[in-house]
Amino acid sequence: MIIVKELCKQFHNNMVLKGIDEHIERGEKVVIVGPSGSGKSTFLRCLNMLEVPTSGEIWFEGKLLTAPDTDIDKVRQKMGMVFQQFNLFPHKTVGQNIMLAPLKLGLMTEEEAQERAESLLKRIGLSDKIDSYPSQLSGGQQQRVAIVRALAMNPDVMLFDEPTSALDPEMVGEVLDFMHALADEGMTMVVVTHEMGFAKEVATRCLFMDEGKILEQAPPKEFFGSPKNARLQDFLSKVL
Amino acid sequence: MFDNLGQQIYNTLVANDRWTMFLDGLLVTLMIAGIAVLMGVVIGSFVAIAKVNAARNKRLKWLNVICDIYLTVIRGTPVLVQLLIMYYIVFAAAPIEMAPYVAALAFGINSGAYVAEIVRSGIMAVPRGQMEAGRSLGLTNGMTMRTIIFPQAIKNILPALGNEFIVLFKETSIVGYVAVQDLTRAAELVRSRTMDAFVPLIFIALVYLGIVMLITWALRKLEKKLAQSDVR
Repeated sequence: MIIVKELCKQFHNNMVLKGIDEHIERGEKVVIVGPSGSGKSTFLRCLNMLEVPTSGEIWFEGKLLTAPDTDIDKVRQKMGMVFQQFNLFPHKTVGQNIMLAPLKLGLMTEEEAQERAESLLKRIGLSDKIDSYPSQLSGGQQQRVAIVRALAMNPDVMLFDEPTSALDPEMVGEVLDFMHALADEGMTMVVVTHEMGFAKEVATRCLFMDEGKILEQAPPKEFFGSPKNARLQDFLSKVL
Repeated sequence: MFDNLGQQIYNTLVANDRWTMFLDGLLVTLMIAGIAVLMGVVIGSFVAIAKVNAARNKRLKWLNVICDIYLTVIRGTPVLVQLLIMYYIVFAAAPIEMAPYVAALAFGINSGAYVAEIVRSGIMAVPRGQMEAGRSLGLTNGMTMRTIIFPQAIKNILPALGNEFIVLFKETSIVGYVAVQDLTRAAELVRSRTMDAFVPLIFIALVYLGIVMLITWALRKLEKKLAQSDVR
């Protein structure tokens, strides 16, 4: 579904990604872990071209995203993204946040979008917040709304960029539970996170990144149980 | 000086229907300020958007250079000099009735440079994540700008823009230099006829003050309305 070939990304003189090759299949839940500054967020943001790669190729559903004539806006409609800072639109209500893209892009009628927003909000137990503004919600509620905003577009893959890192500890659970439920439904997910428990439980495959490279990847049991790479061993000994 | 204040007020405002001079002058002042504000907002927004986009797109570098020249020249020279150049050089051949419009044009071009910086900083103050969130949903750059960025930028822009309106409105009092009969010029003419400076000058000062207070009040109302989504 997603194919990455020799991906490199350089910021000024700083080489952040040093040649990444990766295949992500439909239905996989790939969790990327690694120390901060390892390039994992940059890698994720390259997948939907929020960061433009310096070199290399990214393919999604048979389309080469790094080609200059690719309509990236069209491609992004199928790649949902969730950010660390939620990035809800503060001047729009919760309902408007969810309905905005499907309506603006002419993918749904007013009624369809309204219905979709209502059913998505019902699912996360926030039906009564449809006319609230994001600032009236807790962090955990905001992040769940941000997830359903992306889901409203019916994406084929969901990218999560440290979705719980900005949350108060007591709100991490509600967001992870929702992501867990999404995973169980078969959504293809790529998740950058520091939540090792989530990685163990939900991932079909874990990647360890350090200094711009993927140093090890394995199913979670093997990844956490018998890591081979010395740096991964060191990393796990610190975070577990 | 004040023995005869009533008589002085009568001479300044009532005798020979002089109040009509003030009224006509006020209308000219408002007309110039109004046109200039509209022009300033249009030019300023255009320059701001051009600069924001040029910063992201290397192929638009030439546009950035043009905008920078405009900003540097306009902000680096006195508005009175710009007005005189516009009137005596650029539109030297224009008939005298056109003078208020020439003045409005000069002020509009001048204001645009200041508005551009206000709008640009207002756009830049919207967190980067807002653009990224919009784009990640598949919205185009233009759609995200219109529906996500601008409505939020307005809140940052409005207080400074209101201030610019007020500055511009008061600055128009120099148009008498190019023979436009605005409110200030009306007071000067009346002063030279009645030989009384106190009443006409204090009177127009109060008129300017009253209008500035009115603008301030209206802007505050508007700001409050836009702040609706900020309630916690």
